[in-house]
Amino acid sequence: MMPFGYVRATDRADAVARAGSGTRFLGGGTNLVDLLRQNMEQASNLVDVSRLDGSIRESHGGGLLIDASVRNAALAAHPLVRRRYPVLTRALLAGASAQIRNMATVGGNILQRTRCLYFYDVDGARCNKRQPGAGCDAREGFNRYHAILGASDQCVATHPSDMCVALAMLDAVIHLSGPDGERSVPLADFHALPNATPQVETVLKQGELITGVELPPPSDAVTHSEYRKVRDRSSYAFALISVAGGLALADGRVTEVRIALGGVAAKPWRARRAETALVGRAPSRDAILAAIREELVDARPLSGNAFKIGLAERTVTAVLTDLAGARA
Amino acid sequence: MSKLQNAIIGGVRAVLGQVPAAWLPGGTPDPLIDKRVALGGQQSRVDGPDKVRGVARFAAEVPMEDLLYATFVHSTIARGRIVELDTSAAEAAPGVQLVMTHRNAPKMSVPPAIGITNLKAAGNHTLPIMQSSEIRWNGQVVAVVLADTREKADHAATLVRVRYEASPARTRFEVGKRSAYTPESLLVERNRLDKGDAGKKLAEAAFKIDAVYTTPWENHNPIEPHAATIVWRDGKLIVHDATQMINATAGSLAKIFGLKAEDVHVSSPYVGGGFGAKGMWDHQILGAAAARLSGRPVRITLSRASMHRLVGGRTRTEQRVALGADADGKLKALLHHGYGVKPLHSVCDEAFSLTGRSLYASESFDVVQHYVDLDLLANSFMRGPGETPGTFAIECAMDELAHAIGMDPIELRRRNASTRDPVSGAPHSQNAMMAAYDLGAARIGWDRRTPEPGTRRDGEWLIGMGCASGTFPFTRMPGSSARITIDAEGHAHVASAAHEMGMGTATVQRQHTADRLGLPLDHVTVTIGDSSLPFASFAGGSSQTASLAAAISAASRKLATELIQLAGNDTPLAGLKASEVEFADGGLRSVENPARQESFVSILRRASRRELSVIGESGAPLEILKFSMHSTSAIFCELRVSEVTGEIRVDRLVGAFDCGRILNTKTATSQFKGGMIMGLGMALAEETLLDERTGRIMSTSLADYHVPVHLDVPDIDVLWTDIADPRAPLGARGIGEIGTTGVAAAVANAVFNATGKRVRELPLTLDRLI
Repeated sequence: MMPFGYVRATDRADAVARAGSGTRFLGGGTNLVDLLRQNMEQASNLVDVSRLDGSIRESHGGGLLIDASVRNAALAAHPLVRRRYPVLTRALLAGASAQIRNMATVGGNILQRTRCLYFYDVDGARCNKRQPGAGCDAREGFNRYHAILGASDQCVATHPSDMCVALAMLDAVIHLSGPDGERSVPLADFHALPNATPQVETVLKQGELITGVELPPPSDAVTHSEYRKVRDRSSYAFALISVAGGLALADGRVTEVRIALGGVAAKPWRARRAETALVGRAPSRDAILAAIREELVDARPLSGNAFKIGLAERTVTAVLTDLAGARA
Repeated sequence: MSKLQNAIIGGVRAVLGQVPAAWLPGGTPDPLIDKRVALGGQQSRVDGPDKVRGVARFAAEVPMEDLLYATFVHSTIARGRIVELDTSAAEAAPGVQLVMTHRNAPKMSVPPAIGITNLKAAGNHTLPIMQSSEIRWNGQVVAVVLADTREKADHAATLVRVRYEASPARTRFEVGKRSAYTPESLLVERNRLDKGDAGKKLAEAAFKIDAVYTTPWENHNPIEPHAATIVWRDGKLIVHDATQMINATAGSLAKIFGLKAEDVHVSSPYVGGGFGAKGMWDHQILGAAAARLSGRPVRITLSRASMHRLVGGRTRTEQRVALGADADGKLKALLHHGYGVKPLHSVCDEAFSLTGRSLYASESFDVVQHYVDLDLLANSFMRGPGETPGTFAIECAMDELAHAIGMDPIELRRRNASTRDPVSGAPHSQNAMMAAYDLGAARIGWDRRTPEPGTRRDGEWLIGMGCASGTFPFTRMPGSSARITIDAEGHAHVASAAHEMGMGTATVQRQHTADRLGLPLDHVTVTIGDSSLPFASFAGGSSQTASLAAAISAASRKLATELIQLAGNDTPLAGLKASEVEFADGGLRSVENPARQESFVSILRRASRRELSVIGESGAPLEILKFSMHSTSAIFCELRVSEVTGEIRVDRLVGAFDCGRILNTKTATSQFKGGMIMGLGMALAEETLLDERTGRIMSTSLADYHVPVHLDVPDIDVLWTDIADPRAPLGARGIGEIGTTGVAAAVANAVFNATGKRVRELPLTLDRLI
């Protein structure tokens, strides 16, 4: 760990004003502190934004506004979230451990970095994300947890968040504040695919702070939603595949369907192609399977993760079939 | 490891075959097998309250003035040499005292290898440590940074610049297999076993299976990282260590630094989990060297990553097992061949091929194992070394054979249960494996199992049940000693340089001493964990309880003799010999006439003595060469497998153990459960990820090296036969290792019963099941 300065921001404006090159915003620290300790990240200054006001409140349009400093555990437990956005509570509770959820903030969760083994091995491995142009040792190495969609020659890492998969499914919008003022970005557009620049992970600009997340009013498919995470042990493991799904039916046909996948790409993967294929159809097992196969037609497995394609198909099918069964 | 060793041990065995059992240790069964007051009960650990209150001081917590903290820089290549080493930025960093490399490290001899003949050696490898620019494995320490805080040392370590010239490194198992070597012996056994033309019998067998099973490299992850606080004082080396090898570490450090044995002091009263990992590795040696170089005390606490790079684990194994049986299921042939990794500089054997030699009465055997020499970190021992991977292969094969015959797997084992050692013909000291099966089967409800795989389900979950045998040999170490001191209040104090890694050493020996000397528990204290105490061998191979019990028992006989002498003629005991008295009611009494008795207090007072001390020693363990002494177990598992995702959820584990008498039901239950959870980890999750391109371990944190979380661990029932082994002190064989053995096979066999899928590779990750 490099020596660094630490300051606690008094409010958002203070935080943004303190942002400079070499400065990092600190949320709960459950990821950033690890990265600093392992010398993966260096910061000359940390601006602690974890103690800024954090509330969860209804928006004018009937949605929900969640401040970035709200802790993951508090968000999962909030009655409005549990009632209207059950997929979000389930995704949050599927992540990390109780101790980490008590510390981790919403803003920090969105910005957590990949768990690629080679990304973490600063001394011994090559990683284009850490050092652009260095090469990628994961592509021919251990890549069981890596991407099957949207990867590039430069990087095959996945985004590890469970919460973000639910947010992608919910059409969440991220509110940002920076030196040039405030702006909003749909979560689906917030994380970047690696392409030739895997070091660029989001559309966040220098000095910009995530101030909050807005959830649109819940649609029928949102109130009837589910999150299923498939992993190597019962708890405290990252997703091999995770699925956030929601379904609405009328007269036995799909009127609205939402599917987002985790563990497959450098961003939470909204399966728009599969959704389009399903709308208007009866949600039979075959129809769901055909739809998700259409989504995964571009999947490119690596040496160690070909099983993820079939696993994604089966898990999506199981989630949507269960939802359809519950609603029939 | 040699032909000579094979000849010597073979010779001793041949002689002992002719010697009456009564002449050997344990020839007269220990009276405490039946005469129990404190033994056999449920006793909480004497060290429990101090640990719960945080008062128990572990190696990294020993306070010391002027302390420096050490951080290691590890090599990033597997083989080659350092050609450039720039420590200037690190040396200039805040708080840094010095950086030690091969350029300024003190001269040190190579560590003496752990061996069966030298109880003062603790080397897990035999490579020079920081004596040249040569690199022998990826992760070897190339620099030690000393600073006045750990954080500053960590930071400065990132500033050390090293450039290497790499040589071709041998890091690939499949390539290495082509030039594997075959050791002459494994531990104390001959490696190659060829008995009764197994090839022919296998070919003629009515039923046969022939399959290859693999287990991955596994690393240690005790909750307490390896740590030592080290100081040189007046030319003497003092090491506050976390070790299960106190005397061997002291003896080795003396050799390495050219000191007299009495000038090294190792203290280790508490160890936060050992499992075979807490021996001597490079960190104590480098820490001592850095303390000498800096002239200040040094604390080294390994990070998880450093632990994985520096402390060896269990080798991966590839095991072919072929079994042939007749129409009744009787084994005609057992073939067990395999490979593991053991670099030539590595000391610890992973003798997986010993497993099948004692469990079943096969008519013929063809057994041998080979080692692959790679440029990797040396192995350590790891809980149930040999038998843990060995039972996975043998016990899955038994399950496959039962299925092929169409026979209940327990019945197959019953038909093949051995009544004496199937290879040597030596009699068992005690063996009731099938009694353990009966206990376990009743507890889990084996009759609910459906023999046809894939026939029980609950929604998407397929339900199955499996069983497997576990086994581990009895060992008692020679030369372990204990001092008993009787004080003027008639209290007994036991002292020995034995080890406490959480298993309850002092607790159980306190129970033992109380019963041995006829004292109430609160009149006995036991002090362990320091090299200044009477010599004890390492805590390993499930040998410590038996070795220490033998030493205390021997000391008690001396105590009786000396007390009688001390009592003189003015005592009701006058004229009695030591063999004619027994301990009772806080003193000695005549066996024939219990009215003739005198208390310790009275004897000491009359002799004007404040205390009386004797030391007893555990003699040569000849009984293990005459008798076949193995603990066994029957492990049962019930689980669910998701048809959708391949995820496994274990619902129940039952372990029924035949390990002689149980000395403390509470600590024994914990010991067995802990072992079974480790077995569960092996079954479901554990795997060291070695990148064969670089020889580098990639899974160096608990996020990447998976052990079971609470939610993975089901209800565990632990049962035991509690049948005494008349040849073992207290009638008890060790119980530290056996809990882990057999578990992975029971899980894999249950997976087969649930799904019809036979997975022969560990861990049983979901991708192997969809």
